[in-house]
Amino acid sequence: MSGGVDSSVVAGMLHRRGLPIVGLTMQLWNQRRLPELTPESGPTGRCCSLDDVYDARYVAQHLGIPYYVVNFEQRFEEQVVKPFIDEYLAGRTPIPCTLCNNFIKFDQFLDMAAGVGAEIIATGHYARISYDGSTGRYQMRKSVDAAKDQTYFLFGLEQEQLARTQFPLGEFTKPQVRELARDLGLPVAEKPDSQEICFVPNGDYAGFIDAYFREQGITPEHTRGEILDREGHVLGEHSGVHHFTVGQRRGLRISAAEPLYVIATEPASQRVIVGRNDELLRARLIANGVNWISIPPIASVRAQVKIRNKHAAAWATVYPTDTARRVEVHFDEPQRAVTPGQGAVFYDGDLVLGGGWIE
Amino acid sequence: MQRFYFDHNATTPVSPAVLEVLLPALLEVYGNASSIHQDGQLAKQKLELARRQTAGLLHCDPKEVVFLSGGTEADNLAILGTVRNHPAAPKHVITTAIEHPAVLNPCRELEREGVEVTYVPVGSDGVVDPKDIRRALRPETVLISVMHANNELGTIQPIEQISPIAREAGVLLHVDGVQAAGKIAVDVRELDVDLYSISGHKLYAPKGIGALYVKKGTPLAPIQFGGKHERERRPGTENVPGAVALGAAAARSAAELSEESSRLAALRDRLENGILARVPSSGVNGVHSHRTPNTTNVYFDGLEGEALVISLDLKGFAVSSGSACSSGAVEPSHVLIAIGLPRERARASLRFSLGQSNNEEQVDALISAVTESVAQLRKLSPTYTASV
Repeated sequence: MSGGVDSSVVAGMLHRRGLPIVGLTMQLWNQRRLPELTPESGPTGRCCSLDDVYDARYVAQHLGIPYYVVNFEQRFEEQVVKPFIDEYLAGRTPIPCTLCNNFIKFDQFLDMAAGVGAEIIATGHYARISYDGSTGRYQMRKSVDAAKDQTYFLFGLEQEQLARTQFPLGEFTKPQVRELARDLGLPVAEKPDSQEICFVPNGDYAGFIDAYFREQGITPEHTRGEILDREGHVLGEHSGVHHFTVGQRRGLRISAAEPLYVIATEPASQRVIVGRNDELLRARLIANGVNWISIPPIASVRAQVKIRNKHAAAWATVYPTDTARRVEVHFDEPQRAVTPGQGAVFYDGDLVLGGGWIE
Repeated sequence: MQRFYFDHNATTPVSPAVLEVLLPALLEVYGNASSIHQDGQLAKQKLELARRQTAGLLHCDPKEVVFLSGGTEADNLAILGTVRNHPAAPKHVITTAIEHPAVLNPCRELEREGVEVTYVPVGSDGVVDPKDIRRALRPETVLISVMHANNELGTIQPIEQISPIAREAGVLLHVDGVQAAGKIAVDVRELDVDLYSISGHKLYAPKGIGALYVKKGTPLAPIQFGGKHERERRPGTENVPGAVALGAAAARSAAELSEESSRLAALRDRLENGILARVPSSGVNGVHSHRTPNTTNVYFDGLEGEALVISLDLKGFAVSSGSACSSGAVEPSHVLIAIGLPRERARASLRFSLGQSNNEEQVDALISAVTESVAQLRKLSPTYTASV
């Protein structure tokens, strides 16, 4: 229970069905850390803020269910925040929400829940899980509300995790969920949705990394580098490759005849390569750490592949390499800004076949 | 579901005997103790009776008892009220690494004001070595603050060996006795301390009342400003019903202390022996020290204490782990880290603190519940492999 509408409605729905439930809120990040990032209005409206815990506790009290806040701060820092920073410094663009799902929510949190006697965890994610008796596999589908669908962040869930997880909101649209919240009399029914990466205020991940280093007393190895075009002409300077992601246009501070975009970053040489929009197009990618969800690994498969959350999935053929955990994706049409560190998630319509990390 | 309460170091319920005097005090003793009229005089009489009863528990003169809101205020007044107004410059304070935040944080505040503070470490037994206090002394030291009994381990600190050191150096000695009063005999004259904090809700009085013993002649300035209450040491209309309750609790505690403490010690030993016999890879933190009779702190390797607290709570048993942070989540205990426990073991430790309501039957039920919960949690623990 994050204190938001979605997980509160989940609690309310399950409680209404008469199921014995326990509410848990994960304390993932201490919002008093890195005070220089906190807006003057205070750290409200962000995950793990005291206001959100207050709301979650209020909902639990409203429903009359046992409720606890559990401390996952250390685990979150080790398994999400540090890898998130390392990925940026290595010139990739990580998805902390997927790391959190894979290593915290559907791993250590699931185990803690089981340890206190909860056979199933239910969360407010927008996705659907079903069991296919013919193949003996749990399958995952996009949520009914296409705009809210979160399957892109859930590609790492394995069969054993899916067996112990429920996403009751997958069958509903967001307006229906709000209606349910009002119907259940939940005190958070009108609370605005949260958007950003929970521990990074205002989406300023580079500012977060800099502040984290200051807090830890780490002097970054690289604080400047050159911006070049593909022919090697130096066009400008920058203050560290972690400020850039493939496809980015903002923050280059270069005047050119036509708009320039980041095409690649090279952490070893601290070079940022820029070019025209059409230079961002790629017909192939390689994904590793692939998890097959709704189907077992097979020779090759036609799929619609999403390469970032807001990407409209594009037709491609997914070929296994020497292992099913590493695949080559051949798009029918070249795709813009294939970004290392992001996920490539394979769909057959609504069905989530699987996904992996873009190399 | 029936509930069993094993968290008396966090707080205690108001005892029926205390409630018996508290209710009429709330209903009938409504006068302001500073007023001239008879309603005020009645309140004043009740207040002074409570002061005598409280002084009886501590073995001091009633005039040396200042009523205030609780343990935190008592610690703040003792530390800030003596150090801030001390004429010395520079100033230095000695305390220990295992104090309650109500002592540690006023010390941090003093540091921000330019006072130097030494946080004396403790050994793995959870007890401060008086020699370390002596070594920390400086010519500019003005205050030593050491707790009497630790809230998490129950370990009793050698105050009677520290007070001669303070005396010899001409330094004030404050003792946070919140976890000692009502559990072990306290004689502030014999201990030879200058300031001693107690809290009502740790000894079956309600929340919101506490007291500070201030030895006659101790230079203490108020830290809040208002009327001339409590001999100009603590302004604010006196909480007479609270004081009445504290006085009754103190009187009762003083009368029943020796019998109740041996009863609790036997229950505590039963609990420890039962757990150690039935739960593998468990042990008692600070076991070899002199401890308060009601407290035990047990580690269960390979699990999260937080999950065990939740599991036991869902079975009806109230116990605690670490210290609660502002969200209500549990932070690893600074006390367990200070006695040198590895982080994992500190996180895998639980405190059981017994009290009036507990009996053998409850303790046996707790042992069974702990055994069952630990086994269930360890089954899922990536770090625990049963030792053969």
